[in-house]
Amino acid sequence: MEPSIPQSSENATKSPAGWRRFGRVSLFFVVLVGMLVGLGTFTFGYGKGASYMSSDPVMCINCHAMQSHFDSWQHSSHHHVAVCNDCHLPHDAIGKWVTKADNGFFHSLAFTLGNYKDPIQIKPRNKRVTQSTCVDCHSDFVHSMLPAVKGEDMQSCVHCHADVGHAQR
Amino acid sequence: MESKKSRGFGLLMVLTTLVAMATVGVVAVLVSIFERKQEARKPFVRLVEVNEVSTDPEPWGVNFPLQYEGYLRTADTERTEYGGNHAFTPSKLEQDPWLKRLYDGYAFSVDYREARGHAFMLHDQEVTKRVTDFKQSGACLHCHASIIPTYRRIGLEQAGEEVSEAKLAEGFYQEAVMAGFRAVSRKPYEEVHAELLRTYDGVTEASEGDPHMGSAHPVSCIDCHDPDTMKIRVTRPGFIDGIAKLARSDDPVPHLPSIQKWRDSGSETPYDPNTDASRQELRSFVCGQCHVEYYCANKMTLTFPWGNGLKVEDLEQEWDETEFPDDGGEFYDFVHKETGTKVYKAQHPEFELWSQGIHARAGVSCSDCHMPYEKQGATKVSSHWVRSPMLNINKACQTCHNVSETELQARVDTIQDRTRALIDRAAVAMTEMLDAIVMAQENGVTEAQLKPIRDLQRKAMWRLDYISSENSKGFHADQEAARILGESIDYSRQAQAAAYKLGWKANESGSNKVATK
Repeated sequence: MEPSIPQSSENATKSPAGWRRFGRVSLFFVVLVGMLVGLGTFTFGYGKGASYMSSDPVMCINCHAMQSHFDSWQHSSHHHVAVCNDCHLPHDAIGKWVTKADNGFFHSLAFTLGNYKDPIQIKPRNKRVTQSTCVDCHSDFVHSMLPAVKGEDMQSCVHCHADVGHAQR
Repeated sequence: MESKKSRGFGLLMVLTTLVAMATVGVVAVLVSIFERKQEARKPFVRLVEVNEVSTDPEPWGVNFPLQYEGYLRTADTERTEYGGNHAFTPSKLEQDPWLKRLYDGYAFSVDYREARGHAFMLHDQEVTKRVTDFKQSGACLHCHASIIPTYRRIGLEQAGEEVSEAKLAEGFYQEAVMAGFRAVSRKPYEEVHAELLRTYDGVTEASEGDPHMGSAHPVSCIDCHDPDTMKIRVTRPGFIDGIAKLARSDDPVPHLPSIQKWRDSGSETPYDPNTDASRQELRSFVCGQCHVEYYCANKMTLTFPWGNGLKVEDLEQEWDETEFPDDGGEFYDFVHKETGTKVYKAQHPEFELWSQGIHARAGVSCSDCHMPYEKQGATKVSSHWVRSPMLNINKACQTCHNVSETELQARVDTIQDRTRALIDRAAVAMTEMLDAIVMAQENGVTEAQLKPIRDLQRKAMWRLDYISSENSKGFHADQEAARILGESIDYSRQAQAAAYKLGWKANESGSNKVATK
């Protein structure tokens, strides 16, 4: 094994001698990394990784845990004005991507391990997000019902308007 | 020089290991995604032909493994506090000794246990003392066995047709099924059970001596599904007759919109659940084929008493108006041994009580809670592990109720504990009523004097039995259950007071036995 390692490693060049000096083990490693990158790229493409950057609702049913929510959203009153992200991601640029990353990671984890509740249940954090997006669009209409001090407790919109999104699954 | 080289080599080995581990991770994710995508394709391959004679669920299970696995799990033995499964289920008679007095003179006073899952229903009937030690009618098999091909065979034979396995498998032949049902309903249990064993079960081309011509199955796939289309359907003659009667009545049925539609259409033909009912209604009707009140003995054909409506007093009214066809005598289920009163035995009126409840009114079917939808991989299937929703709160309740499992459990417990407390009170009232009637009889009251008391006794016992033998401890309609138990207590106390009054008068010496009791 040892003889394959070049004698001099001081001046690595692009010459054939340089390749020898680079070494078979290094070559083996580079091939491995290349395979990993290739495999990773393929998996990213096959898993529709790029779509997660978009707001297309079809992205949300890449994993079919939310198929029924998607189906009923298509029949819901919000279908023409709002997609998943409009209600489930904050409307400010930073919050949006933080929430997307947070949900993206934990949803993938849960779906891969299969240890999630069925029917799925919203987390308190995401519930707050949804409430804030309701208010963001409808604030002109409901401002008289909003709490006097920002962040104060208020009734949840979907407590009464349960069917606006995808209730009838 | 040498050490530098080996350090470089070591570093490369560590990096290689890291890359290898990362590759394993990526491949795992890739395979996982691939598998999920495969799941989403919902493959269904009809590998085995099933037809109208396939009472054995096993071949169906080849085509529908997920549903079949669920069905097999009805043999599992997890218990809830009220109802459920158990290998050797506890005796209700030991738990509630007053039941022995309620059923005195009836087979249930000898052997009455908690029920087990669907997979056990035929076996458990074959071994209960109610069947082994008493003469029972073949009508019992209407619900406990997969009996429709047997009804069809007998019906066709009566019509003079030659009946082969192919002929039986060909179609449903509704008329023949109804005729077969009427032919055997009043025959003894053993005789009908033997008929059951003579019917093919569709596993093989059966010939004489084949094990699959002669083994009977409990309720299975074919009892709720059309073997060609897998459409959900109603097969039981008792239900088909009963629901047609209900449709002809003017009982309000807001939870069964297709019946209202049928009434409004002024239809000449009887209401047929298999053509008129919606799929959602059928998801309750299939359960209502058996989980109901009925007359099941040999003095007349198996009857569901729905001619006046589905409320407890509607059923009672039908029994009051019923006369036995042979002797014209007034209807009763059994003679109460202790008092000699002819009384009614409530069976297990789950369908009727559900009909009075908020879930029915909201369009929630039996299957929505007892067979909730679940994801098996990417496929959405109705769970065929029919069981208590309390063992499956997430899927059974939380689909609609956005509340924690502990909270939902607590709500149900409240309803069931309250009902249980009312049942206990009604049972005390019932036993004290029986004591009072026995006392009056010992003090020599006449039969004419006793008549109104007997009527009150029948009403009181019927109502207590109605709720105590119904399998939800009031949950299917909690206010209705409380109303019925309240009436039971009232009738018991009325009867008790009347018996005291009469017994006191009858005993001229004035030394009433009540005082000594």
